[in-house]
Amino acid sequence: MDAICEPNVHLVEEDGEMILNMGPHHPSTHGVLRMILSMDSEVIRCLSADLGYLHRGIEKIGESIPWQGFMPYTDRVDYLGAMFVNHGYAMAVERLLGVEVPPRAEYLRVVADELNRIASHIICIGSVTMDLGAYTPFLHGIREREKINDIIEEWCGARLTYNYMRIGGVSFDLTPGLKIKILEFLDGFEVFVQEFNNLISFNEIFIKRCAGVGTITPEDAVGYGLIGPNLRASGVDFDVRRDHPYGVYPELDFDVCVGRGIKGEVGDVYDRFWLRIEEMLQSVRLIRQAIERMPMGPIMGKVPKKIKPEKGASAHSRVEGARGDLFTYVMSNGTVNPHRIHIRTGSFNAFSIVEKLAPGMMIADLVALFASLDIIAPETDR
Amino acid sequence: MDLTFLLMTLLKIVLICFVFAMILGAILTWGERKLSAVVQDRIGPNRASILGVTALGLMHPIADMLKAFTKEDFVPAGANRFLFAMAPMLAMVPPLVVFAVVPFGPGPDFVIAPLDTGVLFIFAIGGMGIYGATLGGWSSNNSFALLGSLRAAAQMISYEVSMGLNLVGIFMIFGTVSLSNIVLGQGQLLWGWLPMWGIVVQPVAFILFMTASMAENKRAPFDLPEGESEILGYNLEYSSMRFALFFLSEFVEIVVIAAMAATLFFGGWQIPWVDPQGTAGGWITVGQVAAFVGKVVFLCWVQLIIRWTLPRFRYDQVMALGWKYLLPLSLLNIVATAVVLAML
Repeated sequence: MDAICEPNVHLVEEDGEMILNMGPHHPSTHGVLRMILSMDSEVIRCLSADLGYLHRGIEKIGESIPWQGFMPYTDRVDYLGAMFVNHGYAMAVERLLGVEVPPRAEYLRVVADELNRIASHIICIGSVTMDLGAYTPFLHGIREREKINDIIEEWCGARLTYNYMRIGGVSFDLTPGLKIKILEFLDGFEVFVQEFNNLISFNEIFIKRCAGVGTITPEDAVGYGLIGPNLRASGVDFDVRRDHPYGVYPELDFDVCVGRGIKGEVGDVYDRFWLRIEEMLQSVRLIRQAIERMPMGPIMGKVPKKIKPEKGASAHSRVEGARGDLFTYVMSNGTVNPHRIHIRTGSFNAFSIVEKLAPGMMIADLVALFASLDIIAPETDR
Repeated sequence: MDLTFLLMTLLKIVLICFVFAMILGAILTWGERKLSAVVQDRIGPNRASILGVTALGLMHPIADMLKAFTKEDFVPAGANRFLFAMAPMLAMVPPLVVFAVVPFGPGPDFVIAPLDTGVLFIFAIGGMGIYGATLGGWSSNNSFALLGSLRAAAQMISYEVSMGLNLVGIFMIFGTVSLSNIVLGQGQLLWGWLPMWGIVVQPVAFILFMTASMAENKRAPFDLPEGESEILGYNLEYSSMRFALFFLSEFVEIVVIAAMAATLFFGGWQIPWVDPQGTAGGWITVGQVAAFVGKVVFLCWVQLIIRWTLPRFRYDQVMALGWKYLLPLSLLNIVATAVVLAML
């Protein structure tokens, strides 16, 4: 591994350097993350990442509440991709109990997941553009996300912390009116992507700012444990939906997008940005198929009122979240409360690679890199 | 000194600097928000009202002003208090002084000081604007603000060079640096029908001038000194009316750029084919002043649209653009103009 400079945690300025304390309150740290930068005017000499500002002990909380009661907490793990954490936890407990999920519920989960993926990716690509100084594309994205929020609000009552999935199924069925609304949204969304691309993705200044910046090699991406779009943008072809199939994903037709370095190098900021746009279009495909093929039937499987798995039993699940391979591990101690819940998320690793990439970068590039990694502060700490 | 002359000049200063520039600047703060709202599919400012009259949100500049005046005036610890207080004034005054030589209408009645060295005066005074941003960031004892002020200084000095060189072609064609005479010169007709506006005879210079002057004004895509997502700007530690002064100076500078571009490239107060010597008087003169104001407003709008469309450059890209592209291009433009003039 390349030598990483010694992090300057004591905030003592050595000769010719300036310490810049970026965060926890900084507009482009997207939440409360902190980076201590040793600067040589505009160029970063060294960066040390500091986190823990949003640690709420969610996994520990899980040990003192019943199995079903933990579901709302999973929403708070990742506020932009609550549906995936819901899904991961529900699936892990279902595997623990051996509960069968009805097919309609599985399709509903796909629709909900992919809608959430679009919403989350919009925020990511929007914040890349916003951190590069273009405000308009971000707000155009927010407008589209608002439609998703409205749809999901009508569907399950919540706009951000959905708490939609249940152990053994989902909480609400899709009404015919809502189905039409989702299809209408998808039609409009493809137009939006076109408009967005014309406005910013093919903008010369934007390409100059993104292409070849913050390149992550495939080896580094695997070595640092990056997951999801960040990993794929570096050219590693891995998607949990295809490689470790779950739910009804094997029955659906979609492509796994991989970074191709279309404007610069494979794994640069532009690739990560562009990959998310491609993934959103794949999500559109998935939702259309799922709605079309959705069978009628119940939305909840047969789950005992009191969940009491036998002592020592454990299970895990892997879900392709908006930020990648979301790993949930649950273990039982024979009571109504879980013994241990662990959720492995991607932002922690994504944050760690910033330390390696930052030295030698300009501060404006750091902001672009940081935004393109799609780091969600609560997800790093949980 | 003649008392009437003194009073007239004072009246002109009040009318042009404070009524026209300041009010247009204040309206532009509204215009920017409303325009960005339209661009971004939002409603924009619509709440502030006086007795229920919202006037499309036009009451917001007034509300902002009241807010700015009543907020706490905060000086950070370790700041150089004198320079910290001076900086907003240094930022605000030069753009207002520049209006002294801008002809708002035909004849010496519509300009505060009809200097023969008009454009040179503008550059001399406009160059002072650097001090506001630089000292403001440096004196506030903040690393982020310091970075912002360094960026501001480097960027403004770099772009001032090509900004000035862009206009040399105009001087060569009209044979003068006096703004009033340049406007008169633009009343001529090319081939008997085409108004000889600056943009017609110097189209490259116009684009370069607008680029350089937007960089000079520190606005997107050149808003690195403020780069709110990176370093939060040289005016980071400012609050209350001092911040508002920085803010307003930026908008007055938009008006300055628009006024300069209108004067140098869009024929100033000239209405095409109507009274090119500006001697008609009466309603035609009123129309000419209105034409000038209209051109200024249009060019302000152009700047706002650009600001809400483009992303920001990186520091080294701005420097490269200024020195490697803009400067050689403006020099080439001078040479090309000279060759064409020599051949004619």
